[in-house]
Amino acid sequence: MSANGAALLRVEDLKKYYPVRGGVFGGKIGDVRAVDGVNLTVTEGETLGLVGESGCGKSTLGRTVMRLEDPTSGRVFFEGKDIASASKAELFTLRGDIQMIFQDPYSSLNPRMTVGEIVREPLLVHKIGTKAEQIEKVRALLETVGLTGEMLERYPHEFSGGQRQRIGLARALALDPKLVIADEPVSALDVSVRSQVLNLMVRLQRERHLTYIFISHDLSVVEHISDTIAIMYLGRIVEKGPTDRIFKKPSHPYTRALIAAIPVPDPQQRHETAPVKGEAPSPVNPPSGCPFHPRCPYAIPACSEIVPPLEPAPGSEGGTREHLSACIRKNEI
Amino acid sequence: MPLLEIDNLKVAFDTEAGLVQAVDGVSLSLDKGRTLGLVGESGCGKSVTATSILRLVPSPPGKYLGGRILFNGTDILKLKADELPKIRGKDIAMIFQDPMTSLNPIFTIEKQLGEVLKLRFGMDKEAARARSTEMLTTVGIPDAATRLTNYPHELSGGQKQRVMIAMALLTEPQLLIADEPTTALDVTIQAQILELIRSLQKRTGCAVLFITHDMGVVAEMCDDVAVMYAGRIVEQDDVYDIFKRSRHPYTRGLLRSLPQKGAPKKMELPTIEGVVPSLLNPPTFCRFADRCWKRKRLPESEQRKCFSEDPLLRPYEGGLVACHWPVHEGEEP
Repeated sequence: MSANGAALLRVEDLKKYYPVRGGVFGGKIGDVRAVDGVNLTVTEGETLGLVGESGCGKSTLGRTVMRLEDPTSGRVFFEGKDIASASKAELFTLRGDIQMIFQDPYSSLNPRMTVGEIVREPLLVHKIGTKAEQIEKVRALLETVGLTGEMLERYPHEFSGGQRQRIGLARALALDPKLVIADEPVSALDVSVRSQVLNLMVRLQRERHLTYIFISHDLSVVEHISDTIAIMYLGRIVEKGPTDRIFKKPSHPYTRALIAAIPVPDPQQRHETAPVKGEAPSPVNPPSGCPFHPRCPYAIPACSEIVPPLEPAPGSEGGTREHLSACIRKNEI
Repeated sequence: MPLLEIDNLKVAFDTEAGLVQAVDGVSLSLDKGRTLGLVGESGCGKSVTATSILRLVPSPPGKYLGGRILFNGTDILKLKADELPKIRGKDIAMIFQDPMTSLNPIFTIEKQLGEVLKLRFGMDKEAARARSTEMLTTVGIPDAATRLTNYPHELSGGQKQRVMIAMALLTEPQLLIADEPTTALDVTIQAQILELIRSLQKRTGCAVLFITHDMGVVAEMCDDVAVMYAGRIVEQDDVYDIFKRSRHPYTRGLLRSLPQKGAPKKMELPTIEGVVPSLLNPPTFCRFADRCWKRKRLPESEQRKCFSEDPLLRPYEGGLVACHWPVHEGEEP
């Protein structure tokens, strides 16, 4: 892959808790542990797929890395600089290097601004170039994402969902970021449009040497676009490894269930029964030990006592091909 | 006689811009005990077709412009308003993507299920409670007796979906219409709900009309598949043939644009260029012609037909296809 092995982003023991208020005086009665001790390295030039079901904390993790949310504890290093404790002025510069695109192309674009204004705004805020240079750049960006310069004066409502996602990408690229965090960028799109946006993201990555964190619940899309995959469950990363390894030799029982649950577009590969019973527990009151143990078909008594650390899975290679799994039975199942 | 027979159904919506012909001559039939998948992308008319069966299309702005919907030989479109309850929620039940479409937020689950049983079978409170508890257990809700006393907001998304399915099945319908019932659910919960619908169908022998945009779910659930595009059915066949040898260029394009399992990472995905034609003023020739990959490969003399004649849904090699030049074996987008 294009990855050259250098870590662009390193997340250390990151936690993000939200207080739960209640009782007579509305005091704090607990925490939602949205992100509960995440360690993660993203290599320059790669796509890290961040996968999990609703409420697992994948979006909060993305937003906390962006410092759209302040972390409860832990550190986030971008090119060696700690974002988690950065001042406002430092953050301002960093934000140019890290950009985000969102799932809903209908609500992430200001309906009162023209497309030209939307894409130009980051350049204005960061005071980059003269007016003429900015407009020229906006025009070039729109063409890069497959739109035409004539669309500058039009408003978001005049565009389809796929086109709006292209506008979001053009805006994200305005400051020539190094890292783009894409939160479910194609989940609201129809299949035929989805493949167009995925192709565009792959091309942009190649041309601009971008690093992506691609957050999604859709494993087939993640398999297509990611070099590395991290799977989250209840605020923790339960498995991480190269995409091909994760799909061929998933180690963690949750990953196995997730892969087995994807409906395959082939009627000859039907499932007889669902791979896992029950629902994910509440992050307000997570189970003791391994968060997956109440649903896990391999659980033994020790699983409710030990919080399994993320350690090399059997057959793991080194470097960027390291395969980690947080399961105490990973060597026997 | 098929259980359900839709014949040349036409439904339109009055909008400020004019009359939108959402469903424009749809015909299909469904036999007892079978599952028919109705698939297509947003705006293709699949949900309008399905809601028409229960005459639930809001009017105005919607209006039925023609056609028949025969259920056990009775034309639903000809029923008087006071005859509709005889069919709705009795012989035909419907479940939706959003369970709150069916559940009332201000009543307990017991009250809502009880009401259905009282209306349908004249059951008293005790008998209804027993039957409701049994049905909740059948659909996989643990501790059903307690759940009966809950209000809908006290349940998780997956549980609400289960309650809605329980409510739909309490009436022992002959036809279950499922409109994207798992689209909002996580993949492990989706697998559980699909398994549930399948096992209940096996037990009761009801027919299912399954509306979805997800080709994986189609492959998983359906015996037969009808593919819709721009208000029309463009292809219908049994599920194996749809996935193995679809004849319509649109169906083939849709299937090819899905990321393939195990395919090279980040490879260029085939796309369907262009956009769906406006249904305000649909073309009088093939509605897919503009975007069609197969048409572009034909000699000009043959392309002329695509832009002059409206292709009718006709029998072709064991299925039905609405294309002047159906796709041959080995031809790919």
